[in-house]
Amino acid sequence: MSQSDFALWVYLSRTPLLWLTLTIFVYVLADRISAKLNRNPLANPVLHSVWVIGLILSFTHTPYRTYFEGAQFVHFMLGPATVALAVPLYAHRRTVMRVLLPMIGALAAGAIAAMVSAVLIAKVLGVPHDVLISLAPKSVTVGVAMGIAERTGGDPSLAAVLVLMTGAIGAIIVTPLMNAVRVRDMRARGFALGVAAHGIGTARAFQVDIMAGTFSGIGMGLNGLLTPILVPVFLPLLLG
Amino acid sequence: MLISLGLLLLCQLLGEALVHALGVPLPGPVIGMALLLVLLLMRDQLTPVLPHEVGDGTLEKTSTGLLANLSLMFIPAGVGVVQRLDLVVSHGPAILVALIFSTAIALLAGVAVFRLLARLVGEAT
Repeated sequence: MSQSDFALWVYLSRTPLLWLTLTIFVYVLADRISAKLNRNPLANPVLHSVWVIGLILSFTHTPYRTYFEGAQFVHFMLGPATVALAVPLYAHRRTVMRVLLPMIGALAAGAIAAMVSAVLIAKVLGVPHDVLISLAPKSVTVGVAMGIAERTGGDPSLAAVLVLMTGAIGAIIVTPLMNAVRVRDMRARGFALGVAAHGIGTARAFQVDIMAGTFSGIGMGLNGLLTPILVPVFLPLLLG
Repeated sequence: MLISLGLLLLCQLLGEALVHALGVPLPGPVIGMALLLVLLLMRDQLTPVLPHEVGDGTLEKTSTGLLANLSLMFIPAGVGVVQRLDLVVSHGPAILVALIFSTAIALLAGVAVFRLLARLVGEAT
């Protein structure tokens, strides 16, 4: 790199513009590939964009803080997008109202199963006590999980890592798992995914089927209300 | 388009304000979603006072556009997580095993109960 190229790089790498542009283009590419592969779960666009950008940051010695100054504009849209879930919910309100009881049951079952099984499996495998606390809220959306971890004496950053890993795992396993147990009802598939794997699951659901996406959004929203109540109740029992 | 985006932000803002004012540990955007849903349910009654855009399909188009790109919005947080993977790696594969199995168990529990109760209310497909 010549001196002037380097100066240009130093200038650009510090502007939010470069990292925002990179985020969008890496995602567009990952999404195109995912679409070309018929939305194969292993071609998950979030997963692949994340490691590609992570590699670029590490090669260019760019601190996350610098990257986030650009990427925050995309990150910020999570809030309005969550509000926007009301639109498909409204459009499908009749279908939703017909399965209100199944949704309430599946919400309770999915939320409790996620928390109890995660903590118990990890406990049996010898994961330390303080990590188990941060593991309990792993199925809800990241902001809520961090708040729960904070209130129950866990580590919010660790909780965030576990939440995002859970989302990626859910988005990858849901299609093969549901096909294996022959569940074709997109309402059930979507709803269970939203409860178990929050927004990353919902993002996957919207790419596969609008009905699955709608129900996934409802599952995610309802679990965001239920898990903050469940964790403080169940955690002492599970850790005891 | 701009009014639709503004309306989404306004709902989120009211949701955040409500959550903070009441001191409840709930996500503000989820409350915002509930507020927008209420607004949509009352849309026909409110038509004279609402901006044209809320009723002509633009709000729907804007929202659907946002949701189609929901994946993109998780990337910045995801990149942050990659840099903190040490938090998990230091505990070996135990956590990964717990995450994979518990997610599968939660998915199966969710669909099983959903299907069972759907059959009960005559909604099985």
